[in-house]
Amino acid sequence: MSEHPFFKGLNQGQIALLTGCASNVVFKPGQFVFREGEPADHFYFIREGKVQVETHIPQKGTVTIQTRSGGEVFGWSWLVPPYRWHFDARAVELTRALAMDGKCLRTKCEDDHHIGYEIMKRFLLVIAERLEATRLQLMDVYGHGSNS
Amino acid sequence: MAPIAEKLLHTDLAGPMTTEPFVIRRVVKETADTFTLDLESGDSSREFTFRPGQFNMLYVFGVGEVPISISGDPTKPAVLTHTTREVGAVTRGMRRLKPGDTLGVRGPYGTAWPVGEAEGSDVVVVAGGIGLAPLRPVVYHLLAHRQKYGKVVLLYGTRTPEDILFRKELERWRSRFDLETHLTVDRATGPWHGNVGVVTTLIARSPFDPQNTLAMVCGPEVMMRFTVLELERRGLDEKRIYLSMERNMKCGIGLCGHCQLGPRFVCKDGPVYRCDGIREVFSRREL
Repeated sequence: MSEHPFFKGLNQGQIALLTGCASNVVFKPGQFVFREGEPADHFYFIREGKVQVETHIPQKGTVTIQTRSGGEVFGWSWLVPPYRWHFDARAVELTRALAMDGKCLRTKCEDDHHIGYEIMKRFLLVIAERLEATRLQLMDVYGHGSNS
Repeated sequence: MAPIAEKLLHTDLAGPMTTEPFVIRRVVKETADTFTLDLESGDSSREFTFRPGQFNMLYVFGVGEVPISISGDPTKPAVLTHTTREVGAVTRGMRRLKPGDTLGVRGPYGTAWPVGEAEGSDVVVVAGGIGLAPLRPVVYHLLAHRQKYGKVVLLYGTRTPEDILFRKELERWRSRFDLETHLTVDRATGPWHGNVGVVTTLIARSPFDPQNTLAMVCGPEVMMRFTVLELERRGLDEKRIYLSMERNMKCGIGLCGHCQLGPRFVCKDGPVYRCDGIREVFSRREL
């Protein structure tokens, strides 16, 4: 964990505190990591593999919104009330990840606002990156360039 | 800024405004609205040399002339390859041409990708949509001189899986151990199990050394703007980022002014620019 960019700048004591909320998980291809509407009790550091975030649109079927792969952090609904997942997430291939217990972390963040602020800053970057990518996706930029 | 006369020395044909007839040998439909033309000179001894990133003015007789990037292999000068999208009258006319038909060619024009400067460094090539076409000669060059470069990473984003250019070739590239190729689409359709999301999201996961990397980027301007920001977030200096700009052109040699971009002409000062030299253009609207 200490080598992951997400934890850069935290001291060993803080990382040890967070490690207490971590566990290793494995998802088989096709297995759901979480489902829309379920309690959002975790977030994940993908060690290897790939996960797709998807939703189901009536009459249209399942639509993949984005994919997350090795080295990336995903899942931020554990931080925002009412702590429910907004989308489904499903492993595309065998995926090994570090699952961070959201309830455990929320408690630690309440108890120690300094670590809470550090976690919040890091997740703000994750959320901002997702927002920026989504906006760019919505722009549909690969259209016609010139008119020759 | 280099004088025009010096630029004209790079022009391979008889004169800067002289069109030479080339015969279409092959037409490949790449996607629903893009296609590739392989051209050969009527003179069998004629070879067409160019540098990766340069373009030609292609003339559909009786219809008009357009600038099209060269998308072929610079080490195979007997065949001249262009890939374009069907977007207007000239490219629509071009799409209707068949093997054996003749097309007018003049060029090559413009600046090239800095493949020499990149030697000894990691190289990250970021392409969006049809922007892969002018970058394909770079990939050919890098693979032909593979030992001169560190890690080579190709990141390519398109709208949907159906819009992927050079699909078979990309599959071959993905299977190579000396080239890291990652694709992503904005919208997954059909049985696509690859990455979904904009091309900029691939940059953070790419295994290049930002302190020793040179980036070459081509695609829609908005995609290039965000790509530059993401590359800088990874630690690349703007002097190590190159971009290819697109504007309507007429003469191709800096005389007519159609492609003026601030104080520059894209046809002769570009299309390939170092990021720090073109950056202010990104922040000015309608330029």
